[in-house]
Amino acid sequence: MYSELVMQHFSNPHNVGVIEDADGVGKVGNPMCGDVMEMFIKVKDDRIDDVKFRTFGCGAAIATSSIATEMIKGQPLDEAVKLSNKAVAEALGGLPAQKMHCSNLAADAVRAAIEDYWGRQGKPAPEASEDDE
Amino acid sequence: MMEERRVLYLDHAATTSVHPQVVEAMLPYFGERYGNASSLHSLGREAREAVEQARADVGGILCCSPQEIVFTSCGTESDNLALRGVAWQNRRRGDHIITSSIEHHAVSHTLEQMERQFGFEVTYLPVDEYGQVDPADVERAITNTTILISIMYANNEVGTVEPISEIGRIAHSHGIPFHTDAVQGAGSLSLDVDELDVDLLSLSGHKFYAPKGVGVLYVREGVDLLPCQTGGGHENNRRSGTENVAEIVGLATALKLVEGWRDEESRRLAGLRDRLIEGVLSEVDHCALMGHPENRLPNNANIAFEYVEGEGILLGLDMEGIAASSGSACSTGSSDPSHVLLAMGVEPGMARGTVRLTLGHENTEEDVDRVLRVLPGIVERLRAMSPLYEG
Repeated sequence: MYSELVMQHFSNPHNVGVIEDADGVGKVGNPMCGDVMEMFIKVKDDRIDDVKFRTFGCGAAIATSSIATEMIKGQPLDEAVKLSNKAVAEALGGLPAQKMHCSNLAADAVRAAIEDYWGRQGKPAPEASEDDE
Repeated sequence: MMEERRVLYLDHAATTSVHPQVVEAMLPYFGERYGNASSLHSLGREAREAVEQARADVGGILCCSPQEIVFTSCGTESDNLALRGVAWQNRRRGDHIITSSIEHHAVSHTLEQMERQFGFEVTYLPVDEYGQVDPADVERAITNTTILISIMYANNEVGTVEPISEIGRIAHSHGIPFHTDAVQGAGSLSLDVDELDVDLLSLSGHKFYAPKGVGVLYVREGVDLLPCQTGGGHENNRRSGTENVAEIVGLATALKLVEGWRDEESRRLAGLRDRLIEGVLSEVDHCALMGHPENRLPNNANIAFEYVEGEGILLGLDMEGIAASSGSACSTGSSDPSHVLLAMGVEPGMARGTVRLTLGHENTEEDVDRVLRVLPGIVERLRAMSPLYEG
């Protein structure tokens, strides 16, 4: 059902954990009916210096979180904030159709973390990037 | 061959392997005995004899007459024939059907369609926290338009066994036909239809070491069915279609086999099941057994793990070469947790973390211990990355 790459990220996810002194935290989802993702970022010179995640969800939810952290690490914030759920799924070589809705929230969590950072800085968030949902 | 990388299979409620004795019994009917059981010539007569012997064997185990056995293509078809057949046949008498809220989809989706598309009225009875129907609720739900009651024998997800003979007595005191989906019961529980007090009973061959593609519906003499599949009038006009001779022979062989070892094997499996359940509950925090602690199938262990999603555990087990199943609907493509667990009042977050391990004839104590060696680590790894878990 899952691609080799999804299984790799599920069995050996990158950047799992919590950043205690994070500059931005994004939390999306709801445990009652879906997955929950938490994204923690450290920011340096308007770039993502470090990122960690925690996820409650199925294999796809864990794999998308993992690859999303890889995709944004070192990226300028205004690039990282444009990450879309679709791009995350594509980077994994695709996801089963039924997983696209419920388990593909990683980009939302990234955006929430960056917006949290901007909020803390007192900067107005730039226009929300277009989402694929 | 396949032996090199042996999968530890703990998903016998989903399907079983075909037992070598069953394969052997079927082989001639794929080969030299290929006749159509309706044909007059010797090949046809040979096939007819095999089908009727199988019917007599199955009837012997269900303690009914061979004529009350209808061979079908699967458990789902048996359920459909029982529900649609009895409901349409009796529609002039009434349109009310009673069932439970934890039935297999072969029953629940069939009744939902009959409700939505054809105007039948269906009562879905609640269950208690262990997944049991209260027979008193059945009695209370009966009206003068009730034409059918259908309650499963044992639940496929949580393994809870329902009080079928009590419900049967109630149904019969009101003269209402009573169907039970006994698909999970064969090989574990008695299939004596008089003891159970049922009028219709569904079985599926591949749950008890026969192949996929063959099932049984027991129909008590005097219970009329409108056939759902019409044609040449096979199966005494109840289910048309050329008999699947080889698989019918396979089903009867398998049913005799599992009935022969039932007492001993049920005790053995219950011992393994309890070792598994006790092992997991003592090794892993924040988990609970789902289903009834005593009145449950001897081979079913269903455990809910808090803070993690069932699919992650299944993938983790799969990577260790262990095949299990989950009650979490994420694995089946819907984001809702299992209707069975929700009906039992299990909190949705918890219901998403369930794993079902169902034992079978080839499993040993060593298999159980292998699960106990790896499962705690898998759960721990997933919890370490769960935002819901605070350690």
